[in-house]
Amino acid sequence: MRREPLRPLAQVIHTREQGENPDMIEARARAKRNQAIAVKHRLRAENRLLILGLAFVVGFGAIGAKMGMLANSAPAETAYFASTSKIINQRADITDRNGNVLATNLTTQALYAQPPLMVDGVKAAKDLVEIFPDLDLDRLTRDFTSGKRKFIWLKKRISPEQRQLVHDLGEPGLLFGNREMRLYPNGKLAAHILGGTRFGEEGVRAAEVLGVAGVEKYFDDMLRDPALEGSPLQLSLDLSAQSATREVLEDGMIYMNAKGAAAILMDVHTGEILSMVSLPDFDPNERPRPATTGDASDSPLFNRAAQGVYELGSTFKIFTVATSLEKGLANPNTMIETKSPMKWGKFPIRDYKNYGPELSVQDVIMKSSNVGTARMALAAGTSAQKDMLKSLGFFEEVPVELIEASQTKPLLPKRWSDISTITISYGHGLSATPLHLATAYASMANGGYAVKPTLQRLDVTEAKGARVMSERTSQQLVNMLRRVVNDENGTATMGEVPGYEVAGKTGTAEKPNAQGGYDKKKVIATFASVFPASNPKYTLVVALDEPEINAVGEDRRTAGWTAVPVAAEIIARVAPILGLRPLAPKQPITYTQTSNQ
Amino acid sequence: MRVFLYLSCLGLVVFVAYWAYTENYTTQASSRRVDNLHQQIAQEREALSVLNAEWAYLNRPDRLRDLVEMNFDSLGLVPLAAQHFAELEDIPLPPAALGIPNLPVSVKSVTPVAEEGKDFP
Repeated sequence: MRREPLRPLAQVIHTREQGENPDMIEARARAKRNQAIAVKHRLRAENRLLILGLAFVVGFGAIGAKMGMLANSAPAETAYFASTSKIINQRADITDRNGNVLATNLTTQALYAQPPLMVDGVKAAKDLVEIFPDLDLDRLTRDFTSGKRKFIWLKKRISPEQRQLVHDLGEPGLLFGNREMRLYPNGKLAAHILGGTRFGEEGVRAAEVLGVAGVEKYFDDMLRDPALEGSPLQLSLDLSAQSATREVLEDGMIYMNAKGAAAILMDVHTGEILSMVSLPDFDPNERPRPATTGDASDSPLFNRAAQGVYELGSTFKIFTVATSLEKGLANPNTMIETKSPMKWGKFPIRDYKNYGPELSVQDVIMKSSNVGTARMALAAGTSAQKDMLKSLGFFEEVPVELIEASQTKPLLPKRWSDISTITISYGHGLSATPLHLATAYASMANGGYAVKPTLQRLDVTEAKGARVMSERTSQQLVNMLRRVVNDENGTATMGEVPGYEVAGKTGTAEKPNAQGGYDKKKVIATFASVFPASNPKYTLVVALDEPEINAVGEDRRTAGWTAVPVAAEIIARVAPILGLRPLAPKQPITYTQTSNQ
Repeated sequence: MRVFLYLSCLGLVVFVAYWAYTENYTTQASSRRVDNLHQQIAQEREALSVLNAEWAYLNRPDRLRDLVEMNFDSLGLVPLAAQHFAELEDIPLPPAALGIPNLPVSVKSVTPVAEEGKDFP
C-alpha cells in the first residue's frame, strides 16, 4: 500500500506561491487518512457483531432444539428397570405344602415354516416326514410348493433332539419359535387337582399358556400375574401323603375289582386338603381330550372326589344322630325302636338284617340300622334335618379352589317330603360328592365348627367358621364312630389301625340304574373316618365305585369288606408321614354315659 | 492477571468437558454391563428352572419307590410305619456320668432295629 505523505512538497511550493498557509494541506490530508481508518474499524466491528450474533443463534438454537426434542420424546425408564421383567417366567410354579415342585415351566421350541424362504420345498417336506412320521407328506408338499401359503405352524412342541435333526436339514424356510411348556414332573400324581394347560395366543417368539382345569384354571390370573414376580403358588397338598394315598388306593381299587376310586384326606381344623386322589387318572403332561360320547364319569378326566355326585349311604346316619343330639331328643344311650321292616305309607324301610325290637342310639350307628335312623329323623323333623345338612354344606357347591367343584351342585330332592326325610337320614335321595362328605366329617369332628375346604396352604392351626353343633355333641359323635371300628360288632372292624384310634362310618349305596330303580350288584362303598378319635386331627374319606370281592366264601360289596381295609391301609401309611405319633396302646375307649336330661 | 484468569477458565472448561465425557462413557459401559448381567441372570434362571424341573422329575415318588424296591437288598428301606416312632426312654443312653442332660424332648423317628427272629414290618 502506498502511503501518501502528509505534506507533499509539490503542493507546499504551489501553495506558498499563492500565499496560503501550507499547514492546511497537512490538516486535510490527516483528516482524509483518519476517515479511512474509521471506515475500516467500523466494518471490522460490524463483522464481529455478525459472527457473535451467529454464534449465539447457533448456541441457543442447539439448546432450544434439544429442549424441544426432550419435550416431544416419550419418557423412557432407565435400562435397569426395563430388563428385569424379561427374566421372570411367564407362569408361576405350583408347589406342595413343603415346597416340592408340582408344576413348573420348561423352554422348548415350536417349529414353523415360511415357504417363500425355502430352497427346495419338495425335499424339505420329505425330510420332515422322516423326522415326524405323523405329518402328512402330500399336504406338506402342496403347502410348501403352491406359493399361496406364507406361514405354516408345523409342530407346537419339539424336543431338543428333534430340533437338532430339523436344524441339520439346513433348510432356511424351517424356523423355530421359543415356547414355554408346562411340566408336571410327578406325572399322574395330583393330576385332577392340577388340571392342565394349553397354548392360548400363539406368536412366533412366545405363546400364552392358559390353564384348562383344576387349580391351573382357578388360579390362572394369579399364576400369570407379572406383579407377583413368579412367586410360586403353594398348595395344601403333601406330596408324600398324596403319593402314598394314590399307591394304596390304586392297589385297593385293583384288588377290590372296582372301576373307580376316590380318597380325600383333610385337616379337620383348617380344612386344608392334604391329599385328594381320584382314579382312574391321567397324565397332565399329555392331557387327554374330553370324551365327546358316553358317560363323562367314565373319562379319566372326571374327578370322582370333587365332581362325582353319589348317594353316600349310611355315612349320613351320623348327621341324623347329630340332629337328634343337638335338639336334645336323645343321648347316646336312648333306646330307639328298630323293628324291621318299618312301614311308611307304601314304602317298607328295611335293615340289612333284623336287629331286634330296639337298639340304643350308639348301637344304631355301630350296627348301621336304617330303621333306627329313620325313626330318629322323623322325631327330629324335616326342618331340623335340613338345617343340619345345610350348615354342614350339603346344599351348595364345595367352596374349594377347583373349577370342577364350583360347577358341581349336590342333588337335593325336589320336594322334601317325609319319605325324603326318612331316606336322606340314611344317605339315600340326596347325592353329594365325597368332598362334601369329608368337609362335613371335618366340621363334625373338630369340635363342631364349620370349615372351608381349601387347596391353598394356610399358615394357621385353626380356621374356625360358624358353629354347627356343640363341642359335647361333636365329642359324643366321634366316640360313637370309634365304636363302629373298635367294637367287635361294628361294621368297620377292619378299619382298626393300632395307635391311631380310627373312628368312622361305613356306607354302601346301591347305584341307581337307567330304569329308575337300584342296581343290587353295583354299589358305591364309602368309608368316612376321622383319626385319632381322642383328639381328631384328620378326616379321610375313601369311596370305591362298584367294588366286588370274594371273601370267606361269599361275594362281598359292602364298605366294611371293601372301602374299610383300603382306608385302614391308607391311614397306616399316611399318618406316620404326616408326623402323627401313634398313641400308646391303651384300654379300648369305653363309652361313658353322659346324661342329657 | 487477566491472562491468568482466562487461562484458568479455559483449563477448567477443558477439565469439566473431559470429566463429563468420561462419566458419560463409564455410564454407558455400566449400563451395557448391567444389560449383559441381566441377560446372564435370565440364562442362569432358565438353567436353574430346568435343573429344578429335572430335580423334581428325578425325585418323583414313583421313581424313588422303584429305586427303593430295586435296592432293597442293600438299603432295606421300608415305608414309614407307626412302629418307627420311639420314645426317648427307649434309647439306651450312655450313663449320666458322661454329662448328657436329661432334656424333656422326644425323638421323632429312629432307624428301626430288627428284633431277633422278626423281620421288618
